[in-house]
Amino acid sequence: MQEKVKDGQSSPFQVVGTRPVRPDGADKVTGRAKFGADLALPGQLVGKVLRSPHPHARIRSIDASAALALPGVKAVVTRDDFLEQSSEFIPAGEMMINYRDVVRNVMAREKVLYEGHAVAAVAATSAVIAKEALRLIKVDYEVLPHVIDVVEAMRPDAPVLHEDMRTAGLEPAPTTASNVAKQLEIGHGDIAAGFKEADVVIERAFTTKPVHQGYIEPHACVASVSEDGQADVWVSTQGHWVVRAHCARLLGWDIGKVRVTAAEIGGGFGGKTVVYLEPIALALSKKARRPVKMVMTREEVFKASGPTSGAHVRVKIGAKQDGRIVAAEAELKYQAGAFAGSPVQPGAMCAYAPYDIANVKVVGYDVVTNRPKVAAYRAPGGPISEFAVESVIDEIAGKIGIDPIELRLKNAAKQGTKAAYGPKFGPIGMVETLEAAKSHAHWRSPLGKHQGRGVASGFWFNIGGETSVSLGLNEDGTLSLTAGTPDIGGLRASLCMMAAEELGVPLDKIRVQIGDTGQLGYNFLTGGSRSTFSSGMATVEAARDVMKEACRRAAKLWELPDDAVEYSNGGVRPAGPNAGKHAPMSLKEIAGIAGKTGGPIVGYARINAAGAAPSLATHIADVEVDPETGKVSVIRYTAIQDAGRAIHPSYVEGQYQGGVAQGIGWALNEEYIYGDDGKLQNPGFLDYRVPVASDLPMIDTVIVEVPNPRHPYGVRGVGETPIVPPMAAIANAVANATGVRFTDLPMSPPRVLKALDEARAKGTAKV
Amino acid sequence: MAKHHITATVNGDPVEFLCEPQETLLDALRDQLNLTGTKEGCSTGDCGACSVTVNDRLVCSCLMLAVEADGKSINTIEGMAQGDELHPLQQKFLEHAALQCGICTPGFLVAAKALLDRKPDPSEIEVRYWLAGNLCRCTGYDKIVRAVLDAAQQMRGA
Repeated sequence: MQEKVKDGQSSPFQVVGTRPVRPDGADKVTGRAKFGADLALPGQLVGKVLRSPHPHARIRSIDASAALALPGVKAVVTRDDFLEQSSEFIPAGEMMINYRDVVRNVMAREKVLYEGHAVAAVAATSAVIAKEALRLIKVDYEVLPHVIDVVEAMRPDAPVLHEDMRTAGLEPAPTTASNVAKQLEIGHGDIAAGFKEADVVIERAFTTKPVHQGYIEPHACVASVSEDGQADVWVSTQGHWVVRAHCARLLGWDIGKVRVTAAEIGGGFGGKTVVYLEPIALALSKKARRPVKMVMTREEVFKASGPTSGAHVRVKIGAKQDGRIVAAEAELKYQAGAFAGSPVQPGAMCAYAPYDIANVKVVGYDVVTNRPKVAAYRAPGGPISEFAVESVIDEIAGKIGIDPIELRLKNAAKQGTKAAYGPKFGPIGMVETLEAAKSHAHWRSPLGKHQGRGVASGFWFNIGGETSVSLGLNEDGTLSLTAGTPDIGGLRASLCMMAAEELGVPLDKIRVQIGDTGQLGYNFLTGGSRSTFSSGMATVEAARDVMKEACRRAAKLWELPDDAVEYSNGGVRPAGPNAGKHAPMSLKEIAGIAGKTGGPIVGYARINAAGAAPSLATHIADVEVDPETGKVSVIRYTAIQDAGRAIHPSYVEGQYQGGVAQGIGWALNEEYIYGDDGKLQNPGFLDYRVPVASDLPMIDTVIVEVPNPRHPYGVRGVGETPIVPPMAAIANAVANATGVRFTDLPMSPPRVLKALDEARAKGTAKV
Repeated sequence: MAKHHITATVNGDPVEFLCEPQETLLDALRDQLNLTGTKEGCSTGDCGACSVTVNDRLVCSCLMLAVEADGKSINTIEGMAQGDELHPLQQKFLEHAALQCGICTPGFLVAAKALLDRKPDPSEIEVRYWLAGNLCRCTGYDKIVRAVLDAAQQMRGA
């Protein structure tokens, strides 16, 4: 597709780059917007899930007869209501899924594999009756030993979750069962030779805890199946076509029989890319012949959805005295939760991606444990490996005595750099974000007592994928834009802006909606920072389709060849040597003659969006450490990131700020805490503490624009990269403030205080 | 179980509804009165998505029983705009892009209005601590705090 501009300096745009009020704004500030739990259908039942109290147990039997006999109970479903699936890994955005596991995660079959694992579900006329019915379901469990920690799960004597699991990626293939689902390796060069060249080598081990996406809206859906098998689902999801595919597969229904409508979604961050309740609600509705609404409690959200992996990571980096990194190695052990499929692969791929390093080796392990199956979480895998790498790079800079930004500049990946995971980069903004950080006032501002400053960079790939958009020209010249990627953070605004820019019509003449699965061709989900990129590309193509058709209609009217009419300034006019003398027509006038010149004018785009480009960031964090309590406060923060092109800068800034806030939570507070009994001890927002307004400073942003040449407006995905740098930026700042290097997250007050006390005893603490 | 007959005022209008004794005000608002602008994020009073005012006091409606609303005056997000005129807080949230997904927005607006009703000139710190009971996972609070401060300034000038 033709690129609109090549330089990032001057804006030739009327709409792109401005900050209009979003089209879904009024509904969202008045309470009118309908989210997952806001739909009520006549006659709807309440669906509730019975969940395992054990972290690991074999299900001997399930007896639901007493529950079914309870007045008001209309249906019960168990493992028997979902189709067995063969083992087959298929790509699901940035993650892989295996339907054999998906069906088992939705409803336990042979075993329960974590506390909170779904075992049965009921639909009843009220929530009170549904809860009573759950109490009446008798499940006979054979309790098994469990394993929660990733390193313990890798031991040969660990309790085995899946008797048929053999570690993939090993030669020869192992013959005994293991909790290591996969071992992988990426890299290039000669790592041993690289380390021999190094003047400075630093090796450190890191741990991170599982953290939850923490969307404020719990999973929610309403399903309705009619007597002829036609099914409708209303759901809060990042991808309704994906929900449709999963549900049809698990239930053995035709995809075409299922229509899924995306509700407004109250946050996802990757966690709403998979199915939990939807197939259950459909199965219940089919049995009960009534609509079934299901909403998770917050406790269920914590225990049975998400989170992302906790991990053990070892990083070893060698550099020359001049700051050139000559060898880089990492070993990543990521928890997948109960089923294979942690984000260790992307974690391995992006560990060293911001840098041009000749010798790289990263080994990864995907390890199952008796925890909820991990789901994608904003740049899945990246924040963990890059936290470790960016921490060691900071130490290398300190040891050599070189400014940490200079060290990164010296090693920064650029256009043409061959990444350790394979490809050669096109234009990328690593150097630009580093230069922007170096020249930012924040970098040179003075620090006070007990304060420290850290810097870290981050990388995320971004993806494209299958996308459909339609753009209808209405009779009065207004336009109806329908996209299929759920809008989580301002997508509709960006799409309208690109359409208005392209067509040369006022923004308020375009109304945009997210269509249901019956209204458009397939759309892959909103994830991988793809929606503004992919649906934006499709919107531009659909707009060009409308423009071309408008020209054709005018040519017909004017009895000119098609190429003697051109689109310009929101209308058509004769052009070229063959053009006659005709007054230009506005799009509104074309709309008025559409019926007489060939019928309705609708632009379509059905694409597999290629050309997604990575977004790089550099963050600066200032912290203050309370030497008496160990509390770390972030007192100033600047996030600098390459957006390619910011369509609506406010929502790009919002992505940066939101990712930083989640990263600060990951760095300082958030963690899943398990008891020896294998049960989650903090399944609520009181004890799983996400950052609140009083925890955070204003978060400054700098939008760097290195346009992506493969997008008509230069767009890169921006949503995920912002969560990558904060953990290392903060750890580096804490090290700067205290003289103590923290390698275990979260840096919560008790941990920090303990480390400070130890350092004080040794005389190495600065506070 | 006999249902209770509740008479209350919601957003200035007289309402009556029947509720179970264990039903929360949040469920009554959403399920009995179809006022689904008030959201449920946790049901334990930790996230603030269900914020409403009861006799001008800011409460988490998930922590209050519906029967306790009898005779009370309740204000929800649905009562904040006056006709076509958005409240300055609503307008400033839009102008500052202070929402992304929007699920926490009704709670933030109700809570912020309760703050400005008490304190028309809050500092940034006061805004942050007043809103500390409202969780937002999308924005990092930056634009929310700016929107509230800007709305306060506009309202003082009006």
